[in-house]
Amino acid sequence: MAHLVIHKELVNKENIDKVLKICPFGGLESECDELLLTAGCKMCGLCIKNGPHGMITKEEDQTPVVQIDKSAWKGIAVYVDHSSSGIHNVTLELIGKARELASVTKEPVYALMIGHNITQAAQSLLKYGVDKVYVYDYPALQDFLMEPYANVFEDFIQKVKPSSILVGATNLGRTLAPRVAARFHTGLTADCTKLEMKENSDIVQIRPAFGGNIMAQIITPNSRPQFATVRYKIFSAPAPAANPAGSLEKMTIADDRLKTLVRILSVKEKEKVMDISEADVIVAAGRGFKTQADLDMARELADILGAQLACSRPLAESNWFDAKHQIGLSGRTVHAKLLITLGIAGKVQFTAGMKGSDCIIAVNSDPHAQIFDVAHYAVVGDLYEIVPQLITLCKEAKAHALS
Amino acid sequence: MDILVCVKQVPGSSDVEVDPVTGVLKREGFSTKLNPYDLYSIEMAMSLREKYGGTVRAITMGPPQAKQALLETVWMGADGGVLLTDRAFGGADCLATSYALSQAVHKMSSYDLILCGKQTTDGDTAQVGSELSEELGIPNIGNAISIKLEREGFITVTQNLDDRIVTAEIPLPCLVCVDGDINSPRLPSYKRSKQVPQNAFTSLTLKDIEDQDKTHYGLLGSRTNVERIFPPEKNADRKTLTGTSSELATQISDILKTGKFIG
Ligand SMILES: Cc1cc2nc3c(=O)[nH]c(=O)nc-3n(C[C@H](O)[C@H](O)[C@H](O)COP(=O)(O)OP(=O)(O)OC[C@H]3O[C@@H](n4cnc5c(N)ncnc54)[C@H](O)[C@@H]3O)c2cc1C
Ligand SMILES: Nc1ncnc2c1ncn2[C@@H]1O[C@H](COP(=O)(O)O)[C@@H](O)[C@H]1O
Repeated sequence: MAHLVIHKELVNKENIDKVLKICPFGGLESECDELLLTAGCKMCGLCIKNGPHGMITKEEDQTPVVQIDKSAWKGIAVYVDHSSSGIHNVTLELIGKARELASVTKEPVYALMIGHNITQAAQSLLKYGVDKVYVYDYPALQDFLMEPYANVFEDFIQKVKPSSILVGATNLGRTLAPRVAARFHTGLTADCTKLEMKENSDIVQIRPAFGGNIMAQIITPNSRPQFATVRYKIFSAPAPAANPAGSLEKMTIADDRLKTLVRILSVKEKEKVMDISEADVIVAAGRGFKTQADLDMARELADILGAQLACSRPLAESNWFDAKHQIGLSGRTVHAKLLITLGIAGKVQFTAGMKGSDCIIAVNSDPHAQIFDVAHYAVVGDLYEIVPQLITLCKEAKAHALS
Repeated sequence: MDILVCVKQVPGSSDVEVDPVTGVLKREGFSTKLNPYDLYSIEMAMSLREKYGGTVRAITMGPPQAKQALLETVWMGADGGVLLTDRAFGGADCLATSYALSQAVHKMSSYDLILCGKQTTDGDTAQVGSELSEELGIPNIGNAISIKLEREGFITVTQNLDDRIVTAEIPLPCLVCVDGDINSPRLPSYKRSKQVPQNAFTSLTLKDIEDQDKTHYGLLGSRTNVERIFPPEKNADRKTLTGTSSELATQISDILKTGKFIG
C-alpha cells in the first residue's frame, strides 16, 4: 500500500489553488495556507500527475503489507439470482462473463444457488457452461432472508474458496453482496460495466462514477474473494450448449445457521408490465418535443416499428410518461437492437442507460449534441420535419412488403 | 424509537469531465450538497419520530466541512449529529467507510434503528448500509418503502425486491436502507436553522473511537484500489447524416430497411 505525501516546501497559495481544482473528490483542503488530505481522497493520483510538480508524491509504506496467498483461492463463482418467476437473466450474463474471465487463468466457473426445491432450476444452469453448481436446498431458504442467506454464502466461500464472486446488481444482490463481502473484509466493486482478468487473478473492474461522467478502474489487489456486482443487460448471455459437462453438488449446513428472528409476513408478486429493458426496438423521446400532443408522432413511429416508447427524465418528471419508461441512470438500462432517440441531448445520465444498444439512430437539431458521441447514426435535423416524413416512408415500405 | 440516520455530503453537481488529452478534470467550482437519496431516509426518520416519539441523530463521515450535511439534517428536524472526521479516514472505500461508521456508532448512546439512504450520488455503490450492518452484527433490510411499529421490539418493513414486494418483521436494533422516491422530503426550516443548540453536534476523530489502529481505516483499511480514472469512451464508428429533412428521412428509412426493421 502507498500513501500520499504533501511536500510542505512547495505549498503556496497559488499551488493550493491549482491543486484544489484538480481533485474531483474533495480529497484535498486548505487550512491557513496549509494543504491537507481529507477523507475524500481516493488515491487516484490526479494531483500528482497534473498538480504542481513534486508537491504531492506517492510513497510506498515502510512496513510491507502481508501479501495473501492468491493460489489458495480458485474459481469464479456466480450468485444465482432467482425467485418464483425463475432465474434472473443477469445470472446467465454473468456466467458468460465468468467463462471469459476464467479462460485467462484456467479456473473453473461455479454457480451458487440458494433456495428451496431448486434442483431442477440448478440443473438448467449447466448448459451455460458452469463447471459446478453448488446447491443449498432447505425449506428455511424458501424466501430471501439476509441472515440465513449470508450464512450460507459464507459457508460456500469457506468450503470452496473461490477467487472471484460475481453478483447481479438487482435490489437483492445489491444488499446481499456487501453483507457477505464485509464478513470477509474484502473488496466489492459495484455496478461494473467492464471486467477483465489479469494473469495474477486480479480482476480489472471498470465502473462509472459521478453519474457516468468519469470511469474508474478498480482492482482488489490483496484480498480474496474479490466481489463485483454487475447490472442486468451489461453483458450478453451465452448460447446454451447441447452436451453440458458440469455437475451439481448438494451442500449441507447446520440448521442453527439458517435461523433468524426476521419473519416474512407477505410476498406479493409485482404485476408483470412490459419492461423497456426487455425491448428489442425502442423509440425514445426527449425534451425536443414541445408539447405532450406532439408525442403522437413518436408513438406512431413506434407502432409502425413494433417498438416500445421510452423517454428521457424530464418527460417522466413532467408526467408525460410513467417513470417505468425512463431510460438512464435513475431509470432503466436498455440493450436494444435498434434505438431511435428523438430530441434527446444525451447527457451522461441518459446515455449510461442506453449506450449498450446495437444500433443507435439519434435525431437532434444541435450538431454538437452529446447524444452523437454514442450514436451510430447522427442525424442532424429537426424532428418535427423528419419524423412525419419517416412515418410516411415506413408506411410505404410496409405496404410494399405486404403487396 | 431512537434513530440514527447516516448521511453523506456529496459534490453539488456530477457534471465533471476529464480532459481526454491531459487527464485534467474540468469542473467549475466545488460545491457540495446533502446526498439527495439521504433526504428520503431523513424524512422517514422524521415521520417515525412524529408517530412513535424518540430521537433522530445524524451521523456522517467526511472532511471537516461535511458538518454542513449534519446542519442541514438538523434544519430538517433531526435532534443532533456526529461528525466522524480524521485524516486517517481519507481514501476509504465502502469497507473502510462502514468500519469507521460502525466504530462511531459504538461510541454513541443506544439506538433502535439505523437508517441509510439507497445510495450516494458520488460513490454510487449502495453498499455502505449493508456493510455497516454486518460490521455491527445487526439484521438489515434494503430498499424499504415503508416502516411501521406494530409489535414491541420489532418493526414491520415493506421492501421492494425488483419483481416482488416483501413485507417482513425485523427485530430491533436493526439497519434499514430506504429506497428512493418514497416520500416527499421536507425542506430545511429557516426557523430551525436559527435555533440549533450549540451542543447538537459532536466530532469524533481516530483518538475518540475504540479501535485506533490506522491500518483499519481510510486508504490502508480499503480493499479496493482505484488504479486510474478516465473519461467515458466516445463512439468512433459513427456516421453523420446530412441533407434536407426529407433526404434525412429517406436515409433513416434505408437504414431501417437494411437492418430489416421494416418491410
Ligand atoms: C443524479 C441524476 C440522475 C439522472 N438520471 C437521468 C436518467 O435516468 N435519465 C435521463 O434521461 N436523465 C437523467 N438525468 C437528467 C439528465 O442529466 C438530463 O437533464 C436529461 O437527460 C435531459 O433530457 P433531454 O435530453 O430530453 O432534454 P434536454 O437536455 O432539454 O435536451 C433536448 C434536446 O433536444 C434537442 N431538440 C430541441 N428541439 C428539437 C427539434 N425540433 N428537433 C430535434 N432536436 C431538438 C436539443 O438540441 C437538445 O439537445 C439525471 C440527472 C441527475 C443529476
Ligand atoms: N461517509 C459516509 N458517512 C455517513 N454515511 C454514509 C457515508 N457514505 C455512505 N453513507 C450511507 O450509506 C448510504 C449508501 O452509500 P453508498 O454505498 O456510498 O452508495 C448513503 O445513502 C448513506 O446513508
